[in-house]
Amino acid sequence: MQTIYTDLLVVGAGLAGERAAVEAADAGFSAICLSLVPARRSHSSAAQGGMQASLGNSVMGEGDCPDVHFEDTVKGSDWGCDQEVARLFADTAPIEMRRLAHWGVPWNRVVPGKSIYYKGGKQYEKVEAKEKEGLIMARSFGGTAKWRTCYTSDGTGHAVMCTMDNRCAQAGVEVHDKTEAIALIHDGETCSGVVARCLRTGELITYLSKATMIAAGGFGRIYPNTTNAVICDGGAHTMCVDTGLVPMGNMEAVQFHPTGIVPTDILVTEGCRGDGGTLLDVNEKRFMHEYEPEKAELASRDVVSRWMTHHMREGHGVKSPYGEHLWLDIRHLGEEHITGKLREVYEICTYFLGVNPIHQLIPVRPTQHYSMGGVRTNKDGAAYGLKGLFAAGEAACWDMHGFNRLGGNSLAETVVAGGIVGKKIAEYLQGCETEFKTALINDAVKKQQTRIDDLRTSANGSENVYKVRAAMQDALNKGANIFRTEEGLKECVVSLQDTLVRAKNVGLRSNGKGVNPELAVALKLEGQVRMALMVAYGALMRTESRGSHNREDFPARNDRDWLNRTLAYWKKPDDDLPTLKYEDATEVVEIPPGDRGYGKSEIISADTPKGKDK
Amino acid sequence: MSRLLKFNIFRYNPQDELSEPHMEEFVLEETDSMTLFIALNRIREEQDPSLQFDFCCRAGICGACGMVINGRPGLACHTKTKDLPGEITLLPLPVFKLVGDLSVDTGTWFREMYTRTESWIHTEKEFDPSALEERMDNKEAVAIYELERCVECGCCVAACATARLREDFIGAAGLNRVARFLIDPRDQRTENDYYEIIGNDMGIFGCMGLLACEDVCPKHLPLQNQLGFLRRKMGITSLKRLFKK
Ligand SMILES: Cc1cc2nc3c(=O)[nH]c(=O)nc-3n(C[C@H](O)[C@H](O)[C@H](O)COP(=O)(O)OP(=O)(O)OC[C@H]3O[C@@H](n4cnc5c(N)ncnc54)[C@H](O)[C@@H]3O)c2cc1C
Ligand code: SF4
Ligand code: SF4
Ligand code: FES
Repeated sequence: MQTIYTDLLVVGAGLAGERAAVEAADAGFSAICLSLVPARRSHSSAAQGGMQASLGNSVMGEGDCPDVHFEDTVKGSDWGCDQEVARLFADTAPIEMRRLAHWGVPWNRVVPGKSIYYKGGKQYEKVEAKEKEGLIMARSFGGTAKWRTCYTSDGTGHAVMCTMDNRCAQAGVEVHDKTEAIALIHDGETCSGVVARCLRTGELITYLSKATMIAAGGFGRIYPNTTNAVICDGGAHTMCVDTGLVPMGNMEAVQFHPTGIVPTDILVTEGCRGDGGTLLDVNEKRFMHEYEPEKAELASRDVVSRWMTHHMREGHGVKSPYGEHLWLDIRHLGEEHITGKLREVYEICTYFLGVNPIHQLIPVRPTQHYSMGGVRTNKDGAAYGLKGLFAAGEAACWDMHGFNRLGGNSLAETVVAGGIVGKKIAEYLQGCETEFKTALINDAVKKQQTRIDDLRTSANGSENVYKVRAAMQDALNKGANIFRTEEGLKECVVSLQDTLVRAKNVGLRSNGKGVNPELAVALKLEGQVRMALMVAYGALMRTESRGSHNREDFPARNDRDWLNRTLAYWKKPDDDLPTLKYEDATEVVEIPPGDRGYGKSEIISADTPKGKDK
Repeated sequence: MSRLLKFNIFRYNPQDELSEPHMEEFVLEETDSMTLFIALNRIREEQDPSLQFDFCCRAGICGACGMVINGRPGLACHTKTKDLPGEITLLPLPVFKLVGDLSVDTGTWFREMYTRTESWIHTEKEFDPSALEERMDNKEAVAIYELERCVECGCCVAACATARLREDFIGAAGLNRVARFLIDPRDQRTENDYYEIIGNDMGIFGCMGLLACEDVCPKHLPLQNQLGFLRRKMGITSLKRLFKK
């Protein structure tokens, strides 16, 4: 078996992982990134909108600065974030955007003079300043006070990912693609690398490293409907969960987007509704205005998603072979508008649905979109529980998003956190000496080999991997969705516990030889169910509503009892529930909790004495 | 009653000593809005869990799912069964190394291409974190982005007669990559530097100009224009080099 040594091993070659690897390489250390797919296919490249940094170059961004960006971010998080981290982020984002420009990102630039833009369906005019010509341009995005989102046409993630990967090639960072990390190697105190499976041959490989970083993106695929790529399955998170030592932070904080298209859950932009699109039910009747007389379709993401789900539960959904959905109607906007301002939507509909939105309705449903939760780290990106283990990007709970992240803040987080954590890793590596204990390594490999052999021979049972996975997804979808109740979450926990037993009894139907995809699913299944239980159980215990976590039976944000972060551990392999602990959401308070200025306003303040709430 | 679709799929697992390359038939009932992404996943989950293929974004943006669909290289995720006849033949992309069934190794091929073209900005300038960003004309930025839209799906390479004949041909994707840096004002390489990379039969002079690459590019990149642009540039550079000798 092959053994590969490196100073820094990064699990993940998306923006966060590659940014950190470059930082370590520039400091003179060897760095290898593992990835399931060639780096440029990482999900970072799917982001189109852009990334936030308060450069303030556009006339609509005038007066913007890190303070304003910081405030938007803290409000967005519903005061669930670590304010020290949000501050670090807002201050560093402008520098990182400029660095990206230096490395080769073709950011759209300020063009001086008059131009028009739309807001709420109306046309306005703006004049860009001559002295800003050629500086990085920004566009408008939800939840931001200023135009702050830097972009390259409609392919920001793709452009930044290309540049970052080029920079890796230049800096000598190796990317081992088609390689899947399946277990951490550790002695209970220090992490010393991973056991990985080669997705070209199916063989096991050990990677030994002084520092190991998890930058494996989100885990949306534990839900049945998600905008996430098929590789966003949380496999790398499960390695951390399996240690019993590393906690996951705020797993119950899951963001949903109202308009994923059915069947493939690809995102169509909020712009459809912004420009006047409406939502219709099975009778092709509008319904949002009945629930939200004022804002109707234009209420916030979480609110619209919630009413859509409610309406389908009431029996007004459209039945389809892919489950129930509703309709998005943009026909009245007209051909010119649809093929012009909504070109992206037009292409997605025609490419993927064979639906022409000029004449036809678009099937949509609320869809899992972003994982605020993940491997809990401190502000240096060091994971709790194991020395030498770090995390950044969507995989981490660093935690600048709290219970809801703002559009454009995630892509920016990947490079900002990647840079900061990369630097901290380089400091850690300085003067770091490790011994790699052969017994420990052999043990770790043997354990994985035994797991694989057992799955191949159905030694534990013959449950069907795909059916068990579907059961997990279905349970989460029913109980831990957009709006949550004690009853639904209890049911969800019980059915996930049942699924966990089934996951332990999985056996392959194929021979499992080579790159076998069935084996890949089977290897992470039990861990995924544990993560699902962290989501559901965490949500059951959190008796308040904050950001994306909506409890119908506890509608108020309760700062008195819940201004904290959930830490979920899986202490022993035989446990059937995670162990939950809590820590303060933030140690440093720059902005005390208050009204966000949007969404619901019911708040039980930290000063309310016990027993005063209903 | 919807159509019954017949899929003929190439099967071979190089890691299984008992496996022989062959075509295998699967039958599936067509559903509304079915794409090859949906169809292949259903075949794998319901009929043969060992079937190998690659999808990632399943939204036409990552380039993972290139394969030969009824004789033509394309992205499987945005191919609707509705647009295909009842009998669908799927083969892995040629030129790239086969991993198994419909899955090929594009990563290694493209990594070699980056190394050969030194696919990064070559500059002496240091980044200064305390300074404003260097200015750039928006038109220039947009033009660079237009060439950077390549998703490295490999369709153009698979469709290229030269690439099938010579392993070391850099392909339309590689030549397009060179063009991207050639027009970037931040990159300080000279035309002579580029000539060292592509001024030969493995590069621009190996291209026979038969257009297959642009025809199949799912991102509709203007590959022919780029090839023409480079051919002229490199032709002139080669003349200049001749006279200097
Ligand atoms: C459709 C869509 C649109 C979006 N648009 C925007 C936007 O406009 N603006 C914004 O700010 N955010 C946006 N986001 C969110 C943002 O794109 C992601 O949160 C971000 O890109 C995550 O980057 P990352 O580096 O953390 O991980 P990713 O880019 O997801 O990379 C993860 C890496 O880990 C690897 N990996 C995973 N598991 C393993 C394993 N077990 N072994 C080895 N490697 C592994 C993968 O191969 C990959 O290389 C969008 C998200 C979606 C889904
Ligand atoms: S034009 Fe050139 S690069 Fe394109 S397919 Fe033909 S030979 Fe290949
Ligand atoms: S140029 Fe087009 S066909 Fe070729 S790899 Fe890029 S996107 Fe694919
Ligand atoms: S899966 Fe990404 S392009 Fe097809």
